[in-house]
Amino acid sequence: MSARNLPPVWSKIAKHAVFPETTHDERARYNFLANLNKHLAHVSQGNKIAFDKRVEPKFEKEHGRKMKDTSELKKAMEKDPHYQVWSSLRRSTMEMRQQAGRSIVLRQADNLKEKAEKLNEGKASLVLDADCEVPNYLLACDNHIMPGSYHTELIDGDVTPAANYDTGLFVTTAGLLGTYSDGGGKAITSWVKKTYPDFKPKRILDIGCGMGHNVLPIAKAFPDAEVIGIDTAAPMLRYAHARAMDLGYTNVKFMQMDAAKTIFEDESFDWVQSTMFFHETGGKSIYKIMDEVYRVLKPGGLTLHIEQPQYTDDMSLFEKFIRDWDALNNNEPYWSKMHDIEPVDLMHASGFKKEDFMQIGAKAENDLDDGSNKAEEPEDHGRSPIWNVFGAIKN
Amino acid sequence: MSEPLDYIKLASNKPKGKRPYFHDDPAVERVLNITMAVAGELAVMRERMDSIERLLETRGVLTREEIENFVPQDKTQEEQRQLRHAEYIGRILRIVQQEMEELQNPDKTLEEIANDINQM
Repeated sequence: MSARNLPPVWSKIAKHAVFPETTHDERARYNFLANLNKHLAHVSQGNKIAFDKRVEPKFEKEHGRKMKDTSELKKAMEKDPHYQVWSSLRRSTMEMRQQAGRSIVLRQADNLKEKAEKLNEGKASLVLDADCEVPNYLLACDNHIMPGSYHTELIDGDVTPAANYDTGLFVTTAGLLGTYSDGGGKAITSWVKKTYPDFKPKRILDIGCGMGHNVLPIAKAFPDAEVIGIDTAAPMLRYAHARAMDLGYTNVKFMQMDAAKTIFEDESFDWVQSTMFFHETGGKSIYKIMDEVYRVLKPGGLTLHIEQPQYTDDMSLFEKFIRDWDALNNNEPYWSKMHDIEPVDLMHASGFKKEDFMQIGAKAENDLDDGSNKAEEPEDHGRSPIWNVFGAIKN
Repeated sequence: MSEPLDYIKLASNKPKGKRPYFHDDPAVERVLNITMAVAGELAVMRERMDSIERLLETRGVLTREEIENFVPQDKTQEEQRQLRHAEYIGRILRIVQQEMEELQNPDKTLEEIANDINQM
């Protein structure tokens, strides 16, 4: 056992037919970055120490009172040298991760496109819609500081945004989501199977499916169900579909459409799922999307949404501030607003009954966890694969 | 085949959304970013050396002297080496490129964008 939990080597990541080729140094670069992420999670503890020992006492001495909100706290913390260096290192690490991923996939953009086309050609299970508009909340900034975000196509038929995402998620999460980065999808599948052993969904919808990594465990667990993943980004869907085909899935379909205005009929799904999706939407869209979830869900149907933990009244100002770091500095801006919405109110606004609302905690199921990583770990706020799941049964 | 992408430049593109700076002087941020990229490349090189050393150890096919005296043998080898340098520089000077891109195309702050998005 090592004194510190070491991230798995990047070469443990699961490969498939559309997965990019990598050189020795590209893999080494990702190994360095996974370790750097892990290191910074430890250094992050210094922020709390700096806050307790000098930032808060200084503020209270100067103002003769306690800090009243996170914006006062932010202003004071931003002057602290430890916070400054930790933040700039963390931002730099995220930028390096994007640079590393993009330099892998962009040099082979044509090859990746051809690999995807070979698997996608003539298949009715991939439905792209050139008229589908990328929602304005996704155009306002590049989420996760991915230059070009999910939707930009540098060549016709581009799949590089998804290929970049696929190679790098393993690095950002230090492998904690497992070889296929599907720890979230696996966790929700297990919970549903355990909680509703008699649930036999015929039709399942995954909204904001991206490269489809979290919907595949659901499709696998319910082989008789028709499973549909939707997203607005064509590059993600082309890659998701090709990846699923190569991995042998036959009951999953990927369609390009906006979750706020789908083409599906009323009451046509038994289960509507989203995973780490709502915090990447917008303040008005989130309600429209939930309306749509309600509309397409059959009476008695289940909906579940895996999200970041909500902020609670008993959460300290400091914790709220540090949990917002990724929102504002790793470009997930809507998270800085969404955590003020009560999920129960969001769902109730669309017609779900308050008494049908449920909320549970979930932790990623990680096939790489061999039990050897036993050292004490600081919580890496906003990065640890520990989530809040909210949802309801429609009655 | 489409036109080859200038992947060296594209890989270091700036993402949309104004870049946060954490140090009082942006020069510190700049130098730190370059330094971390160099640190990363040193780690990459160390991993590569480790692979080579282990393979050499196993097979015993090369001497250290042969490595020490090696120079490129033809134009292809020369170009491969130079291309690697070009990629390397694009990577470690990422922040300078991004500051230039910001200068050309000024962005809103993430707080402003969050407020915009909240109305979307």
